[in-house]
Formats: sequence, C-alpha cells, structure tokens
Amino acid sequence: MPNMSLKKNPMPAQEPGIRSRNFYEVTFGYTAEAAMDEAKRCLHCKNKPCMGGCPVRIHIPEFIEKVAAGEFEEAYRIIQKTSSLPAVCGRVCPQETQCEQKCVRGIKGEPVAIGRLERFVADLHNANSCDLPAKAEPNGHKAAVVGSGPAGLTCAGDLAKRGYDVTVFEALHLAGGVLVYGIPEFRLPKAIVQKEIDNLRALGVKIETNMVIGKVLSIDELMEEYGFEAVFIGTGAGLPRFMGIPGENLKSVYSANEFLTRVNLMKAYREDARTPVLRAKRVCVVGGGNVAMDAARCAKRLGAEEVTVVYRRSRAELPARAEEVEHAEEEGIVFRFLTNPVAIEEGENGMAAGMTCIRMELGEADASGRRRPVPKEGSEFQIACDAVIMALGTSPNPLIKNTTAGLDTQPWGGIVADGRGQTSRAGVFAGGDAVTGAATVILAMGAGKAAAEAMDEYMRRPRG
Amino acid sequence: MYKIVKKRVLNPTVTLMEVEAPFIARKAEPGQFIILRVDEAGERIPLTVADYDRERGTVTIIFQIVGGTTERLNHLGEGEYIQDFVGPLGEPSHTEGLKRVAVVGGGVGCAIAYPVAKKLHGQGAEVHTVVGFRNRDLVILEEEFGAVSDVMKVMTDDGSYGEKGLVTDALKALIEGGAAYDEVIAIGPVVMMKFVSLLTKQYGIKTVVSMNPIMIDGTGMCGCCRLTVAGKTKFACVDGPDFDGHEVDYDEIMKRASTYKEFEAKEREKACNLFKKEVR
Repeated sequence: MPNMSLKKNPMPAQEPGIRSRNFYEVTFGYTAEAAMDEAKRCLHCKNKPCMGGCPVRIHIPEFIEKVAAGEFEEAYRIIQKTSSLPAVCGRVCPQETQCEQKCVRGIKGEPVAIGRLERFVADLHNANSCDLPAKAEPNGHKAAVVGSGPAGLTCAGDLAKRGYDVTVFEALHLAGGVLVYGIPEFRLPKAIVQKEIDNLRALGVKIETNMVIGKVLSIDELMEEYGFEAVFIGTGAGLPRFMGIPGENLKSVYSANEFLTRVNLMKAYREDARTPVLRAKRVCVVGGGNVAMDAARCAKRLGAEEVTVVYRRSRAELPARAEEVEHAEEEGIVFRFLTNPVAIEEGENGMAAGMTCIRMELGEADASGRRRPVPKEGSEFQIACDAVIMALGTSPNPLIKNTTAGLDTQPWGGIVADGRGQTSRAGVFAGGDAVTGAATVILAMGAGKAAAEAMDEYMRRPRG
Repeated sequence: MYKIVKKRVLNPTVTLMEVEAPFIARKAEPGQFIILRVDEAGERIPLTVADYDRERGTVTIIFQIVGGTTERLNHLGEGEYIQDFVGPLGEPSHTEGLKRVAVVGGGVGCAIAYPVAKKLHGQGAEVHTVVGFRNRDLVILEEEFGAVSDVMKVMTDDGSYGEKGLVTDALKALIEGGAAYDEVIAIGPVVMMKFVSLLTKQYGIKTVVSMNPIMIDGTGMCGCCRLTVAGKTKFACVDGPDFDGHEVDYDEIMKRASTYKEFEAKEREKACNLFKKEVR
C-alpha cells in the first residue's frame, strides 16, 4: 500500500539561530526509515510524468521503488546510469519546477520528495561504498572538455563511460567550477563535489588545472596540435555585471562572484585563511537570484548583524528557489522588495556608508514576461550599510570567443549552439551557461549530456 | 607543481625567480601576467611576467616582499616548487609600429618595464629609459636596461645613486630637450604613473600605464580588479593590464589597493614569525 500522507517527510535541519553562525550544511538528509517511508508515497504512474521534468531523465519511479524496498545501492545504480553528479543534484536542483512539479501527488498535497530521496541515496553510497566506477574499454578517440563545472563534468563523465580518452581543462587551481567557487559549503559541502570528481577520475578522466584555454592554448591548438578530435566548451557565464551607479567601486563593494569566491573557493570564512574578506556589520545584497541568497547567507555567517536583500521587483518575481528564500528569511535576512539602488555613499576611508535606493512599482510586462519595475519619482531613501554585494547576474567570458575563429556568438556573448551542443565549428560543441547565460546546475548537466551524445556520433562518423 | 630553477636576490626586498612553466613560456608576451599560489592553503596573487625563455620553457617573475604570500614565496629556494602557476593572463603590451619610446619604471615596476623595453629595442625602436628608486640599495636591473636603451637615466629620491629627483623630472628634461616620443610607457607605483600621465598630457604624448590591482581569478570572473577608465568600468585582468594613462582614475585605484592593507601586514608578520620559528 502506498503511503497516502499529503505531506513530505520533513528533512531535519540545523536551527536557524545556530546555522546562521556556522558554515556546516543546513540540512541533515533523511534517515533510512524516513527515506523508505517517503519512497512509499510514489504511486508508480505508468507514464512517469516526473521523468519528463528531469533534464537528465533519471529513471525516477524505478530508483524510488528500490528505496522503498530498502535496496539503496540498487537505487544508486539506477540514478548513476543517467546522472553523473547525484549527490550534487539532490541538493541544488530546483526540483519544485522540474520532477516534483510533474508529480501526481502534488495535485493534492505535496509531491514526493524526489530531490531528498536522490540526495539520501547518493550520500549513503558515497559514505559506504569503496567501489570505484569501472573504466570503460578505450575506444581510441581523444576528446577535450574546457571548464570543469556541471556541464563539463557531465560531458566528461558521459564520454569516459563510452570509452573516450577525456581531458578536462580548468582555469582555476581546483576543479568543480561554480560548484566550488560559487555555491557555499552550507548548501553543498565541498567534500561531496570532491567525491564526484574522484569518481570521474576513476572513470579515467584527466583533469588539468591552471589551464586557461584561450590564453595558454587555443581551441585550434587543442584540435590540431594535441589531437583532440572534438572539444566541448563549458566555460560558464563568469563575467559579473555591475549597475554603473556612483560609488560602485568603493572598497567594500563586491560582485557576488568575488565575495563568494573569496569565501568558498579561497575559504576566507576560516580564521586561518590567507585570503581576506571584509567582515561587515551591515550588508546590502542587490539582486534576487540564488546567488544573491548565497551571498546574503554567507555575509550573515561571517558575522554581519544586519543583512538586507534589495530587489527591484516583488516577492512573486524572485528568481531564487523558494526553499532558499525561506532558509534566508529564517536566518534573519531582511528583504526589501520593489527597491532599486541609485547610488552608494562613501564613508570613512573609501568604504561604503550607505545606499540610496528608489522605490519601484510594477508596470507593463517586459520581454521576459515579467512586469517591468518602474521607479517612483521622488521616493529615494537611504539604507545604512558598510558593505554592498552586487548579485546582478553574469555574462559569458569572452576569452574563447575572442581566440576561436569561426565560432559564432550571440550579441550578448553566448556561444551559438543547437540543442545538442553543436556550434558553428565542426568538432566544437558547447553547453551550459556559456550558451544559455546564467541558469541552473541541472540545465548545464543536461546540456553536457546532450553534447556528449552528439560528440560520440561526431567522433564515430565515417570519414573520407 | 612548478619548479623554481633560478632564484636571485635583486635587493633586500625584491627577488627574481625563474620558474619552469613550458606552456606559459611558449605564449607569454611582455605586459602579460601570471597568477600563483605558493602552497595548498595559499591565496592567489598576480605577478607580471618579467621575462620568458621559450626554449628553456621558463617564465621569470620579479616580486617585492609586501605581504604573507610574497614572504612565503621568498622562502622557497632553487629546486623547490610553487603549487600553482597560471597564465599568461591579460593582453600583451602593444609595441607595433612604435619608433621612439620613453619607458619609465619605478621601483619593482621596473621588472615589468624591462621586457617591454627589451621588445621595443628588439624591433628596432629608439628606447629612452628612465628608472627611479628610493635609494641606491634598491636599484634593480640597471645592466639589463642599459643593454636595451639608447638613453638611460637612473633617478633616486635621495640622490644616493644616479641623479637626485623623480622620474618625472628626468622625463620632463628629455621631452624639453627635444625627444619627440610616439609613446611613453610608465610602469611603477600608481602615484608615479599618475604624475607621469599628468606631465605627458601637457605635451600631448600618448601614455600607456600598467595596472596591478588586487585580483583573485585573473580571468574576468570576480570583478575585483575593476577600475574606471574614461568613465567606464574595466577589468584589469581581461581588458588590461595596460590602459591609456590619460584616462585612468588613479585616486580610485589607490583607495581600492589599500582595502586589505591591515590584513596583509598581519599575514606578513605571521609568515615571518613562522619562519623565525623554523630557523634553529
């Protein structure tokens, strides 16, 4: 008999007042009992609507069936067939707009907690299994992957499983891309990312760090001189945007990328860190996406007494996941909606002292379908703060575009690629934020997966 | 890991290291920089490429000991390894078509100015070099500059070596003396670049300066190295590090460069204490 409870099994979490003072993971994950109980809520619909909501098409009802039966390792094998980063996806995927949105149980009550179950299965496997994935029989073809974020890692893993000799080139000193520099420890522990990367290495994937492709080697050199038959570009969207308002270059004004990189990649939250980060008392974060939530919650954990998220539209338009917004509010983050900064005031010693904002109202819908925020004249007011973090989104890095002749890009910098990652250059594929602009981890993984398939076909094509 | 094949102490606070980095050595050009981490726990710091040897596969860096990282770096010797070394980053200096150039270097900035002067000399340009230091003990690369310069002036603040005065004094004298430069290239402390640019603006001589702000990734990702040039925000790591000296907002750069001064001083002290303890 299925479990007909209308609610998900709750996931235990650190108390907000405690977690907002540390960098440990917020939620603890299901126990085996809770997981099995939750798995029994699945009705095993014949048409599997949940799978249609998954960008990497995990066989969801099948793995849940195994969880319900207590066959957790079997469940892991089913997930692993289609997903290369299950422990990551179980944590950072927006399930509420993907698999869980399509879940029949969600029509009346809450959907099955697919994300929490995925996380449970992956964590249990990682904690208990010493089995490394088996290497595939080499097929004699060489492929390169540029960028080791979710798109690149997925593409590399899928190619390695098909027998390709894969080398991943990463610009930073550590592999993982946004998973290590962007998403904070308390939302995605770095040991989990490392474990997934170790699994890829076990599959035979080589990872070369400190290699800025477009600078130290070009795409053409990779293909002509180093014998890579196909290249996947998964370089993400790293270039931070600024507003162009007065005071934006004051000392205590950060882009979210800089702030998060200092805190996450460079571990500036640790007392013994050699990379500094300003520990401000009152912090304003500008923006409403997941990155803004991450920045606000990091600032709080670094000891800020007051953290305010300033967003120009209303709560309904917040692009961040509902769960992240909820967690942020529980931790005492203040939200100021329909508010937009117009200037940052300089205080002592070149630091920010406050932000002048203007109130907004929602007008007609714009190209994105959301109602456009319009400033209310004469409604300026001040928010006192000693640091500002700009989380306004990012655009693709131009390093590869500028050094690869014949690679078509959009006017805003994104690489032009079809649904399978094929770019305007033969043998060159691309996917993830480098193509779409800033999006989610799972969409990038889906793109990496599709490209791996297309690259496989390309490299096996008859020649002549 | 990247092996240090040569180490030379240039003066009590400035050290030269030649590092094995064959991929970077193949591509590096004057004006570009690298980012390094000394060890597993290290921060990332940018250092300009001072020289490169494509055959030997080495890149030379010259650094001044100012904080914890440079202190630790300075304690590494020949045969030891640097954890991470990535580059070449930034755009190379533009030297094409230049016939008559004044290269102005200040302090450790001379390390960056030298490869530019060398390249200009190599392409047949007339190179006038003006280098400035606080005093005699801090003079570096005099011989190297001498070998690639048609005219060379060494200035010291206290007159203990060369001529007493600032680089701007010598540059002004050269310009007044009739040297018609296509371009002035100034590399050194921000305040020096500011005053060189103010001077050359009076004479309408195009001036290029090289910026070395605080950086983390060095590939355009973090935006930490941003500066204002002609009223627009630019990233030194991908748009520079060379910029039109007459358009740069120097005061803003000086402020931003001081953001972590206290932290750096403490880190250096910590590093020093650590090494004192390790020495018997």
